[in-house]
Amino acid sequence: MTDILKINESIVPKFPKHVRFRFNKPRKEWVILAPERLVKMDPIAVEILQLVDGEKTVKIIANELSKKFNAPLETILDDVIEMLQDLSDKGFIEENG
Amino acid sequence: MDDVKLKKASEHGIQPPLALLAELSHRCPLQCPYCSNPVQLEKKTGELTTEEWKSVIDQAVEIGMHQIHLSGGEPTVRHDLEDIVGHCTKKGLYTNLITSGVLLNPDRLKKLEELGLEHVQLSFQDTESENADRIGGFKGGHEKKLEVAKWVRDVDLPLTCNCVVHRQNIDNLENFIQMALDLDAERVEIAQVQYYGWALKNRAAFIPTPDQLDHATEIVEKARVDLKGKLVIDYVIPDYYAKHPKNCMGGWGRRFLNMNPKGDVLPCHAAETIPHLKFDNVREKSLKWIWENSEAFNIYRGTDWMPDPCKTCDRKEIDWGGCRCQAMALTGDAKNTDPACSLSPLHQEIFSMAADEAKRPPPEFIYRRYGVRFNSPT
Repeated sequence: MTDILKINESIVPKFPKHVRFRFNKPRKEWVILAPERLVKMDPIAVEILQLVDGEKTVKIIANELSKKFNAPLETILDDVIEMLQDLSDKGFIEENG
Repeated sequence: MDDVKLKKASEHGIQPPLALLAELSHRCPLQCPYCSNPVQLEKKTGELTTEEWKSVIDQAVEIGMHQIHLSGGEPTVRHDLEDIVGHCTKKGLYTNLITSGVLLNPDRLKKLEELGLEHVQLSFQDTESENADRIGGFKGGHEKKLEVAKWVRDVDLPLTCNCVVHRQNIDNLENFIQMALDLDAERVEIAQVQYYGWALKNRAAFIPTPDQLDHATEIVEKARVDLKGKLVIDYVIPDYYAKHPKNCMGGWGRRFLNMNPKGDVLPCHAAETIPHLKFDNVREKSLKWIWENSEAFNIYRGTDWMPDPCKTCDRKEIDWGGCRCQAMALTGDAKNTDPACSLSPLHQEIFSMAADEAKRPPPEFIYRRYGVRFNSPT
């Protein structure tokens, strides 16, 4: 594992190799899977994480969501950073690069 | 059991299981005296075939399971492990290999990684060869494991070090954590021995003193703070010294399935120690049917089966009465309150007995082998 990551708008987030973000069809739910860990994601987190592809920066992700939901970029950006920071602290998100 | 109609999973509001612990084989080159396998080990001839495991995997996915832990015995004794891993990952199960490592080589690990294996848990018996090999009953095992850990990381698979600790290695706890860091592990599991089956027969050789345990807990708590963001540390204490029992398996038949090598479906890996349970088998019934209907699951689901002090306890849906297998082993009745609970009438007696064992010199190990005869029943 790397040192503690501080999420900001220019970071490109990605899932570490051992972390999977998957839709479970029979259960109809999105989850994060990691060794001995299973975390259900709420609808807002799902919207954000579906855009995490190891290429988009945090700012681009926030921009897309801002357009999609017709909401102010600044508010969205704060939410995205907060959520990704929380997941990063738990080892579910890392920086690509 | 009483002639009462048991409620099914859905009548308890229980969702489909989350994860499957698949014991692919009970065969293993190691002989750890705390092995979690039953004392009556299953022979190779009784094991499910590749196709039977694939069918189980398909069914697990259909009912919405998320994860599979490929375990044993030693899962790598199966020459079809690659087929099984490939099938799991193709179907979208998060696939974890729990292994002693001693039969692996770099090519096989590379192949497993290419097939989509997501994680490896490698067991360690101690941090230095002499004692580690003595505990595992396998000469050269420790050195091989250190090599295997390196191969795991070489193919960029994430690694957890599984470290079972007890009075004969607990003083090396800091070294265990350092070893995990040196091996570039993501995670380390520090698990105190849990006393069922083989481990219960060897309890006097393993049980730490309360002081040893307190010291170990201090080390883990400090390391968790110091290594935050670098190494995840999971810690399991021996519940003999706990105030509340562990909420075993998240409650009987609530979250997990265990399958033994011949396809019996169990609520936990130790459930075969409860003699009156009748298990259903995937050769005869579907996984879905078994989760919903199997008597071995429904018998201790929910809280209706509980006697006092569990029945009137405000923690009854937190602890779920603790561990049924431990209640069986130590009180002779699986329905009783787990004696690990301070409210159990037997708690004090068992605690004192264990603490007394911990003070005396450890007896010789009874190693895990096929066909061992036990002289003194516990």
